Amino acid sequence: MSVLPTIGLEVHVQLATETKLFCGCPTTFAAPPNTAVCPVCAGFPGVLPVLNRRAVELAIRTALGLGCEILPRTKFDRKNYFYPDLPKDYQISQYDLPFSRNGRLEVDIPHGPGGGTKVVRITRAHVEEDAGKSLHDRRPAETCVDLNRCGVPLMEIVSEPDLESPDEAHAYLAELKRLLLALGVSDCTMEEGSLRCDANVSVRPAGTTALGTKVEVKNLNTFKGVKRALEHEIARQSAALARGERIAQETRLWDEGRGVTAPMRSKEEAHDYRYFPEPDLPALEVPRAWVEEARRALPESPRARRGRFVSAHGLPASDAAVLTEEPAVADFFEALAREIGEAKAAANWVMGEMLARAKDAPGGFRALRVTPAAVGDLHRRVRGGAISANQAKEVLAEMAATGRAAAEVIAARGLAQVSDEATLAGAVASVLAENPGSVADYRAGKGAKAIGFLMGRIMKATGGRANPNRAREILEAELRGRAGA
Amino acid sequence: MRVTADLVAHVAALARLRLGPEEAEAYRRHLEALLEYVRVVETVDVTGVEPSPYPFEIALPLREDVPVPPLPREEILRNAPARTDEFFLVPKVIEGKGS
Repeated sequence: MSVLPTIGLEVHVQLATETKLFCGCPTTFAAPPNTAVCPVCAGFPGVLPVLNRRAVELAIRTALGLGCEILPRTKFDRKNYFYPDLPKDYQISQYDLPFSRNGRLEVDIPHGPGGGTKVVRITRAHVEEDAGKSLHDRRPAETCVDLNRCGVPLMEIVSEPDLESPDEAHAYLAELKRLLLALGVSDCTMEEGSLRCDANVSVRPAGTTALGTKVEVKNLNTFKGVKRALEHEIARQSAALARGERIAQETRLWDEGRGVTAPMRSKEEAHDYRYFPEPDLPALEVPRAWVEEARRALPESPRARRGRFVSAHGLPASDAAVLTEEPAVADFFEALAREIGEAKAAANWVMGEMLARAKDAPGGFRALRVTPAAVGDLHRRVRGGAISANQAKEVLAEMAATGRAAAEVIAARGLAQVSDEATLAGAVASVLAENPGSVADYRAGKGAKAIGFLMGRIMKATGGRANPNRAREILEAELRGRAGA
Repeated sequence: MRVTADLVAHVAALARLRLGPEEAEAYRRHLEALLEYVRVVETVDVTGVEPSPYPFEIALPLREDVPVPPLPREEILRNAPARTDEFFLVPKVIEGKGS
């Protein structure tokens, strides 16, 4: 049976604050267990939450970036459930007066039937605190609980069920991540749990309009996992429909290792969260001035930037896409393009050697110790014939690792290319004197073979430093002269 | 809304409370009296009045995003009924959580 999937995503993204949402504990990733915990986030009796101003600012920026309407008055609510890593037995979240709602994200769907631009509606984006972490595998009979993440500020971004395939869901997540990075509101590292995703999935037979029963799939911790989980879940629901079964409305957990979703065993009532207003936090009147200031400071969206790299810099769309994955990369490209006045050459520097280095560097692209001015300087040296393009790769790698200038690296490695006429002519003359056989070959009409061999000798004689184009010109002129004589 | 024994059992289960039959009946009567009171309040005409989740209007104070030292781990873990040097320990739970 042919089916149409309908997918909505709930994305949890960690806001890039120094401290937690309601207390001053640091949000450092991978701190030793239970070392970033205080009476507030551990849920001790009698403590009071105090809202982090920076989290509010980042939430405003996120909401505006998503084109959301920001509610002038927003409040926090308690979402009640029992789990060992939730010491208060409730999560401070937002229920009926969320921070923002009614946004949109334009997503370029690369291929397939839905290819083109798609507007995904954003239902709401609200602020909430994270829970702690339960480690089930450390001990045979007990679960270990680490409360470091308790109270870490999250923004939950809920989409309308506008996505119609796992590929579309993937494209939406990728665009959302690019936007959040450009806004500077989150690190978006899925491995560190700063971007997490749940999906609502249903299928309906092709040709029908009523949506099928919605199943919630949790525990999607990688982009690839999201796609695989959705593919699996859609296949599972399709097969059930084909057998004439009803789809149960339930929550299922994705098992990345086994590649399947399985129902959570909880009883229905576990999902009765009994939301009620958080009595310890009065409503937040969001200052209009903050909103307007944030609106003015909003950066260009990655999608607009991508378009501009094509229209204004004349780059191929594929280059523009690679360069706008990360704002630091796009910024570097633009500065370098200005520096050397050639967009495509700038794109090649960044996409080639620099991104290759960034992949291996622990801190990624931003950890590379070169400035656009330094790469521009290197570029001019290659153009001027001081070193070859191949040597430049080595030089750039060392510059990126050490922060040294191009001139310094070239001198230290003895790489400077020899373009000096007299030096090259001397090298050509001695190589020709040592290889009369090749000169004879040339005369006998085997020019290409002779030149190839002699160029190899010249490069060897100069330690690889001869400017190959100049050396070849001199060699060819010399051979022509001798042949004519 | 009538408060039935089933409703009391449901609410008690949500709150992880184990109630004996007499207790359950006592709570049933309490809850019913409570709802009776709400029914009286509901008769007040509130047309044009904004819902107010809080009894008083005060501005929400905000805190600067500046770290303060957490409690030493030994202190955080001190009252735990079961623990290691690093973790709280609870009976094995394998299911996912609410959100």
